[in-house]
Amino acid sequence: MAEEIILLDYWASMFGMRTRIALEEKGVKYEYREEDLSNKSPLLLEMNPIHKKIPVLIHKGKPICESLIQVQYIDELWPDANPILPSDPYQRAHARFWADYIDKKTYVPCKALRSETGEKQEAAKMEFIEVLKTLDSELGEKSFFGGNEFGLVDIAFIGFYSWFRTYEEVANLTIVAKFPRLISWAQRCLKRESVAKALPDSDKVLKSVSDHRKIVLGID
Amino acid sequence: MADKVILLDFWPSPFGVRARIALREKGVEFEYREENLRDKSPLLLQMNPVHKKIPVLIHNGKPVCESMNVVQYIDEVWSDKNPILPSDPYQRAQARFWVDFVDTKLYEPADKIWQTKGEEQETAKKEYIEALKILESELGDKPYFGGDTFGFVDIAMTGYYSWFEASEKLANFSIEPECPTLMASAKRCLQRESVVKSLHDSEKILAFAYKIRKIYCV
Repeated sequence: MAEEIILLDYWASMFGMRTRIALEEKGVKYEYREEDLSNKSPLLLEMNPIHKKIPVLIHKGKPICESLIQVQYIDELWPDANPILPSDPYQRAHARFWADYIDKKTYVPCKALRSETGEKQEAAKMEFIEVLKTLDSELGEKSFFGGNEFGLVDIAFIGFYSWFRTYEEVANLTIVAKFPRLISWAQRCLKRESVAKALPDSDKVLKSVSDHRKIVLGID
Repeated sequence: MADKVILLDFWPSPFGVRARIALREKGVEFEYREENLRDKSPLLLQMNPVHKKIPVLIHNGKPVCESMNVVQYIDEVWSDKNPILPSDPYQRAQARFWVDFVDTKLYEPADKIWQTKGEEQETAKKEYIEALKILESELGDKPYFGGDTFGFVDIAMTGYYSWFEASEKLANFSIEPECPTLMASAKRCLQRESVVKSLHDSEKILAFAYKIRKIYCV
């Protein structure tokens, strides 16, 4: 039976990637629809009137907005295949805390890294490096953020990996050399089919952002 | 073995109150510990090293941080009584969406209302009322955001309800004419036993609000 799932998304969105990964982890068939963020579809505006943002998951005609909420929804609907949240309440709270941390602390600096220059970009660099340090420390020597199993926090953060090359180039940040444990973790995640399918090529992201910066900021 | 539950909190906090309400909804015995936010305890800094904020729930020695995360945890551990989140996955997703809306759209304007004056305060008031109107539209004619029962979004909002009077007095405006059905729901929530036991009276909160406003030299 078709589940009638539509995902309104944008190919380079690290938030959209989360939902794509979750759907793939559960083996759920869905229709992917690319949104032009400079010309949002009537469906997007109807399904997410509050924020008007992607990703939007539409299940049997009903919208679910906000990527981490979508991931939890998918996990609850298909609990048997590849659980995303652990079953223990304390471990669940721990996972939600770190997913929330990622959302709280990356949104503003990452926007500035890709769209600003000068002092604003410098400040964003410092903030982002602090986030990476904190996440690196939290990951420690574990295979995944939750321990031995791929889960919510990994899904929350892995999309950012496809943006690392972009941040290194346009913001002159050193990430790969400074955070080998995070890079190993990312490579480990990429071995999963769901992640490999969901993440775009890093060079494609870089080109898209560079082109945009040329037009908007006049930077060559 | 009995559960040991400690809540590190700060009495006027609209976030701390959420945790208190959830614990009382479930009938959980807990030890309340008042934090001095200008001189945070070693325990707070140890239990929440990332944000160093209250509330922190410490359950049998293990910390849970971020107020709505604490509320979800309480709901999952003490699941036999007064469910806070609905059982249907779609309803749960909607409840989480609206709590996210509350925390992203009310937080800054609510803060700016008591921290600023003049034009900045006027802008904050407008944004606050706009967000409340969206919430009122979502509430519709339901007694609670949760429908017939007090739930996740209501708990999130009660923190802000507890500061309505102080915000109104500080910034000289009235919420009721703008959002009458939201106010009716707020009154309903503020009369709930778990809420009454968790909140200090509005006079005390107002006095506190005036005091901190002075600190901001406003």
